[in-house]
Amino acid sequence: MSDSASIMPEHPPVTDWVNDFDHTDPTWTENPFPIWEQLRAASPVVHTERFLGCYMPTTYQAVKEIAYDTEHFSSRRVIVRDIRPEITARAPPITSDPPEHKPAKQLLLPPFTPDAMKKLEPRVRAICNELIDEFIADGKCDAAARYTKHVPVRAIAHMLGIPEKDGDHFIKWIHGILELGIKDDNALMEAVREMTGYFAAHLEQRKQNPTDDLISTLMKARDKDGNPLADEHVLGSLRLLLIAGIDTTWSAIGSSLWHLAKTPDDRERLVKEPELMPLAVEELLRAYSPVTMAREVMKETTVSGCPVKSGNMVLLSFPAANRDPAMFTDADKVVIDRKENRHAAFGLGIHRCVGSNLARMEMTVAIEEWLKRIPDFRLDPAGKVTWSEGTVRGPRQLPMLFGKAS
Amino acid sequence: MAGKLKIRVDQDKCQGHARCKSLAPELFDLDEFGNAHEVGDGSVPEHLEDKAWLAQSNCPEIAIDVTEE
Repeated sequence: MSDSASIMPEHPPVTDWVNDFDHTDPTWTENPFPIWEQLRAASPVVHTERFLGCYMPTTYQAVKEIAYDTEHFSSRRVIVRDIRPEITARAPPITSDPPEHKPAKQLLLPPFTPDAMKKLEPRVRAICNELIDEFIADGKCDAAARYTKHVPVRAIAHMLGIPEKDGDHFIKWIHGILELGIKDDNALMEAVREMTGYFAAHLEQRKQNPTDDLISTLMKARDKDGNPLADEHVLGSLRLLLIAGIDTTWSAIGSSLWHLAKTPDDRERLVKEPELMPLAVEELLRAYSPVTMAREVMKETTVSGCPVKSGNMVLLSFPAANRDPAMFTDADKVVIDRKENRHAAFGLGIHRCVGSNLARMEMTVAIEEWLKRIPDFRLDPAGKVTWSEGTVRGPRQLPMLFGKAS
Repeated sequence: MAGKLKIRVDQDKCQGHARCKSLAPELFDLDEFGNAHEVGDGSVPEHLEDKAWLAQSNCPEIAIDVTEE
């Protein structure tokens, strides 16, 4: 079989967003916000025939209804793709529904509490400064390639107990699964295979020589009957932690620096009032939420009064929910000290992101350390900012110049 | 000084976003899974009333009840 056999034809450009939306269209990738406004004005739930049939809730309320309704909406597929092959590689608990979900999730929660993150924080601060040391003297850098990408890669590698230098593999696999995999099944399967092989080797090593990292924690975990988890369960959860823990936070840090590069008022305020950082991080998470999830409709129902039929996928856009003016005043503006902020960047309901405390800590530390070392910076007009496509949105090229604009 | 507010975290609704603990660490605590509960009997000292409301208005799951006695 040739490499291209499973690649779907290119998607035709979208001309009717309301009835034919496509979250992989270049217009969406570049600037989705006006599109979401248009869809929201049309209906709380819109539909496209693309992706074998897919709905998108456009309001905070509709997103919430679906996230809370695990009876009609399954998490067994969490990426909207061109095809729906038989499910082989699960990643519990993100792909689990009740009742399997809760025990799988509870295994992962203790290593990710805020207190656990405090212990990891000094290493993340050091990682940020090691990265900045490499480019600060140049007076410029591609912040996505040199900084935002590496912070979560190295942090999660540190937690899992695998070499930080293996990060380039991780980034390649994640690109294959989350971006190429939407349209190219071979790219996805190849990435899953390589990733599974990589972790299987680490599991074998630890069977001989146990360690005290997160991989060993999962291997030592017992289910409610006192049995160890099957290797396949451990491998699935490790795949999840790597996939979910890297380009999400990479994107969140990147969007934050992108915003601060082009918004001197907010940047100067954060430099002068560092105590605002917790509110600022939440607001940047709301305004530039990186993660869109998916559900599969299992039974016919209604959402915000709109009928939805089984056999369709749902593009569960937490980013669009977080821009809903019915939920947030000045929803389309970044209010860097926003006080009331029930944003859904980490999801709503039982699938709340298990790594939310890790992501917040990494974002806070990465922005703080950047602002300490590089308080003045701006987008390089000679370069081009590019954004990732599909499930996770953030800058993949982020050319910056340091110092005050002349 | 004891105030008039009381807080309670609905254990069925809390999903462990930990926003309350971050905004009002004096009033909320987390268990080993990171899920929140109120400190003590949930009585809010008068000087922390603003923090109680702030935590309530930032909980994505609307899991925090604030009642006036």
